[in-house]
Amino acid sequence: MDWNFIIFSLVKLAIIVGVVQGLVAYSVLAERKISAWIQDRVGPNRCAPPFAKYIPVLGPLLTRWGMFQPLADGLKFMFKEDFTPAGVKKIYFFLAPAVAVIPAMLTVAVIPFGSVMGNQKMVLADLNVGILYTFGIVSMGVYGIVLAGYAANSKYPMFGGIRSSAQMISYEISMGMSVIPVLLIVGNLNLSHIIGWQATNGWMVLYSPISFIIFMVASFAETNRTPFDLPEAETELVGGYHTEYGSMKFALFFLAEYSNMVSSSAMMVTLFFGGWTLPFWGLDHPANSIGMGIAHILVFMAKMLFFMVVFIWVRWMFPRFRYDQLMDLGWRRFLPLALVNILITALWLWMRS
Amino acid sequence: MAITVDRKPLTFWEKLYLPAIIGGIKVTTKHAWNTLIKGKVVTMEYPEQKWTVPDHYRGAPYLVKDQEGHTKCVSCQLCEFVCPPKAIRITPPGDTGAKADRTNAEKMPAEFEINMLRCIYCGFCQEVCPEEAIFLQKDYSLVGTSRAEMIYNKEKLLSLGGEVGGIQKWKNKLEEAKAQENFPVKL
Repeated sequence: MDWNFIIFSLVKLAIIVGVVQGLVAYSVLAERKISAWIQDRVGPNRCAPPFAKYIPVLGPLLTRWGMFQPLADGLKFMFKEDFTPAGVKKIYFFLAPAVAVIPAMLTVAVIPFGSVMGNQKMVLADLNVGILYTFGIVSMGVYGIVLAGYAANSKYPMFGGIRSSAQMISYEISMGMSVIPVLLIVGNLNLSHIIGWQATNGWMVLYSPISFIIFMVASFAETNRTPFDLPEAETELVGGYHTEYGSMKFALFFLAEYSNMVSSSAMMVTLFFGGWTLPFWGLDHPANSIGMGIAHILVFMAKMLFFMVVFIWVRWMFPRFRYDQLMDLGWRRFLPLALVNILITALWLWMRS
Repeated sequence: MAITVDRKPLTFWEKLYLPAIIGGIKVTTKHAWNTLIKGKVVTMEYPEQKWTVPDHYRGAPYLVKDQEGHTKCVSCQLCEFVCPPKAIRITPPGDTGAKADRTNAEKMPAEFEINMLRCIYCGFCQEVCPEEAIFLQKDYSLVGTSRAEMIYNKEKLLSLGGEVGGIQKWKNKLEEAKAQENFPVKL
């Protein structure tokens, strides 16, 4: 038994889960704030615990920025009545939120969010098949939604579930295909190696931008974000697959969606934007001091938050795709494009060798 | 009759969705810039900022005092009778109660209550009042922690109502009469 490994893994696990949950909570706030700014509004600026007004400058300022809003949202979800509608399939109804949230949390495990601190690698599981693992887990995400739609025993959630099963499965293929050029170029499935390769040769987005575009669009579809939010299209399907859910069970779906956003932003950063590396200030090689280790983590977080903002921003930019347009885009545009991209990359690599 | 809308097929450029993407980025950044940098926000932060109420606005009805601080109401109970939701309740002074605290009036109400939960701000009380003692004023957000608290009594109504100089009713009558004299429609 390697106790050192177990203890450090548990610590890292706790920190990662905590950070992801915090990010989820605050990305909801960011979503509300950014949507407000885009729509000429102010956004949440009232919510505060009673002691906040006694903190001199910071209290009112944080209240103004809505920094306490996620706490209130969380509390509200926790204390709401956990209502189970009549006629739902109970076991699946209770299982679905868990099935949705677990894969969303699991994907973060293989992402290297920093280089090294002391002698600890800043990744929970430095798998040799990192990307493969991610795709395996991500494809499980669809089950939560389909199960929720089925268990609710109601027509709109059912529609949501059916739509999501079609959507997520089709875009998974484009997503998987889009990453193959990256793997061809790097020659390794390990995410740490991919970052290492990018540190020496430059960011992957410069080598295969088409991969990046397909990956990004597919990850929008995979996380059910607008313009591909068909499973929960409010205007068409009431609330989509989570119509019948309330309180913490609904919050778990929310959590799953935003965790998926976090992990797909992290994947985009890792695969295409050099992960924790920056090409200057000596940030491109594994850290040899604690300070550098923290700097790497901050660089990674900054890049990831940029993509989170893009995710949120895009939501207020485009209307929703029609279902046939979605399928058309997935199967008839992106899949051939991804295949051609693989071919071209392979030919290019073959010519060079 | 069914109208067939002519749908043009998308051009190659449009099929790439690029014009839509660029348009979306333009619109969103413009609005975000306007709110964040220029501070143009449509939101009115209500309890701190309040909108200006127009002159003809009908808010909560309050009793008014005359210029000497006396009660104008003479307890005629016309408003009580006319009130559609029966929000007003007047207790007349009776034989033993206090007489009017001004000249030219026989009596004043011993108690005058308006249930603000029932009041519909119709303005009939103001219209019917012969003494111009009750006016619909500009208050629109009446708050209380109990139902009993929302029944406003005479002191409260008088203190909220403020003062109105003199009795204007004869002046208004005169103006109305004059207006009838020169009837605007030419025959």
